[in-house]
Amino acid sequence: MTDNRFFNRSELIGILVLAVFLVVVLPLTLDVFRLNLVAKYLTYAFVALGLVICWGYGGILSLGQGVFFGLGGYCMAMFLKLEASSVENTKIQSTPGIPDFMDWNQITALPFFWKPFNSLTFTIAAIILVPGIFAWIIGTAMFKRRVGGTYFAIITQAVAAILTILIVGQQGYTGGINGMTDLRTLKGWDIRPDHAKIVLYFFEVGCLFVCIMIAQFVRHSKLGRILVAMREKEDRVRFSGYSVANFKIFAFCIAAVFAAIGGAMFALNVGFMSPSFVGIVPSIEMVIYTAVGGRLSILGAIYGTLLVNFAKTSLSETFPELWLFGLGGLFIAVVLAFPNGLAGIWGDYVQPRIDRLIASRKSKPDGWTDSSVADGAPAE
Amino acid sequence: MFGDYSLGDLGSIFVMQGFAGLILFSVYVLMALGLAIIFGQMGVINMAHGEFMILGAYVTWMTSNLFQTYMPSLFGGYFFLAMILAFLASGALGMLVEWVLIRHLYKRPLDTLLATWGLSLMLQQAYRSVFGAREVGVELPQWMLGSLHVTDSIEVPINGVFVMCLTVLITVGVAYVMYKSRWGRQVRAVVQNRIMAGAVGINTEKVDRYTYGLGCGIAGIAGSAFTMIGSTGPTSGQLYIVDTFLVVVFGGAASLLGTIASAFSISQTQSTLEFFMSGSMAKVLTLLAVVGILMLRPQGLFALKVRK
Repeated sequence: MTDNRFFNRSELIGILVLAVFLVVVLPLTLDVFRLNLVAKYLTYAFVALGLVICWGYGGILSLGQGVFFGLGGYCMAMFLKLEASSVENTKIQSTPGIPDFMDWNQITALPFFWKPFNSLTFTIAAIILVPGIFAWIIGTAMFKRRVGGTYFAIITQAVAAILTILIVGQQGYTGGINGMTDLRTLKGWDIRPDHAKIVLYFFEVGCLFVCIMIAQFVRHSKLGRILVAMREKEDRVRFSGYSVANFKIFAFCIAAVFAAIGGAMFALNVGFMSPSFVGIVPSIEMVIYTAVGGRLSILGAIYGTLLVNFAKTSLSETFPELWLFGLGGLFIAVVLAFPNGLAGIWGDYVQPRIDRLIASRKSKPDGWTDSSVADGAPAE
Repeated sequence: MFGDYSLGDLGSIFVMQGFAGLILFSVYVLMALGLAIIFGQMGVINMAHGEFMILGAYVTWMTSNLFQTYMPSLFGGYFFLAMILAFLASGALGMLVEWVLIRHLYKRPLDTLLATWGLSLMLQQAYRSVFGAREVGVELPQWMLGSLHVTDSIEVPINGVFVMCLTVLITVGVAYVMYKSRWGRQVRAVVQNRIMAGAVGINTEKVDRYTYGLGCGIAGIAGSAFTMIGSTGPTSGQLYIVDTFLVVVFGGAASLLGTIASAFSISQTQSTLEFFMSGSMAKVLTLLAVVGILMLRPQGLFALKVRK
């Protein structure tokens, strides 16, 4: 075993396998439409990744990740929408140069908070900072007062509800229930044709791996170990002199920023953003992805996201009636039978057999029998 | 926003909107009572609570249809029977759910949230398959329609007053059961110390099951009241679940009085604000205020000092 700070050998292999899968296998086997679907699913993987840090390691269950996904997505969408609403594109409107939904709602000038989104640099900064600061405010208010667990989950849920109602209600400023549609170009580069979709897909996968590396670093650093200690025995960590609240705030902010990057990618890849990705239902669905993949596994969360979404698309295409039953059942099954999700199944049942297979090949190629496999099955 | 109205007008507006908010208040109280029992007493986060409520609403709808078809002469009284049936149906379903699902999860409260959310999705789809995706509305009996004229500018809807009286009765009943009856003492004993309660001979599993059933049953009654303010659809319950959790948390979990006070303040704030601005903004402001207060005072309005 190499004693690398970022990963041990099996994690490195796992990351390489994922990289080959996403960068080589999927683009070669899927057509552009399906690849774009994968890109859409992977935007949720960012959220799931954040939840692994925040929920799996930190023990903070946030049911409001859709808020941050939405904030990031709306920041990106506002920039793209402004670019799509140039004066010559919108000259049939009564006020040219503002987004179409504003014109429909009798707004005649660009609101002040829209103006900075003319700049791409500001937009990118906003995608990271707006959700980050928002998460910091919520986190500070809650964790400094030692609110946690179920209360925190309920409050984040309420925040998700508030933001959704606000976006839907303020139609003139946000596009209302339809969201921001008809996003066209990024700095003059058309994001709609097939080749742009492929470029965006690879860009997104690149960002995802950057986030995976950050998550790996957090997990293997002292910080990650403190998070785990805090999840298990919060008081002991506090009595050891650590500021529990600050670590929690940090984990929550990281999860928020990951979710926001996912949201921005969503606006780029899918070409619109709407409040249906902000509310309670999508937020909880994002928790499902993490739970299915395994709340303690960084890579598991990504596979879980892909798997649940593939299942969702194919099931809801063929049996729309069954989909909710399937999703609900999946949720209950994961909670009751497999609390560590896919990664838990892999770690408990598959990995030990592979390891033993390799080990027995090395030591005595003909020496193992069926009984030795049965004996050695999950050690704990 | 108050500038356009005279003081007398404002008074009438507040009273009228206050009474208009009574049914909302009743639904909140009944939902939150059930949730306060389940969440406050048992620590289970029941995300399917809205679906238990909707089950009660569907039962009410079916009962009213039955009365309309077979006993039109007794239609005026269908609501009383419907409420009892709604309580029984939701309570029975709740006990079944406790037995199948919840009892395995008492040690993992956050996981009950996920599992009951899964349950709520399944129930929604079940309602959609059985009752159809369209929302259904219940016809009110003649005597509940109309309103009382208190003064010439104040009108009070009869069904609101009726539902509120019922709510008060049920609340008193629940308080009596929880604080005076033998069974309620057992529930509280189990909550405070499960092991000791078991050691002195309380059947804790049975107590858990009936407590959960009672909470869900009250949600069923809330569903009956709900049919008066909205039409019932498979996903109607989901809209209320966040509000209800906020009511419970805002009131301070495990405090029945707090639950009622917070349900009253939240529903009345929302109802009053709705007169002055759009419904969605009223809701945003109300929820924001609640979340803001909870950030300053996380233990809620009426907190019991409990040693954890």
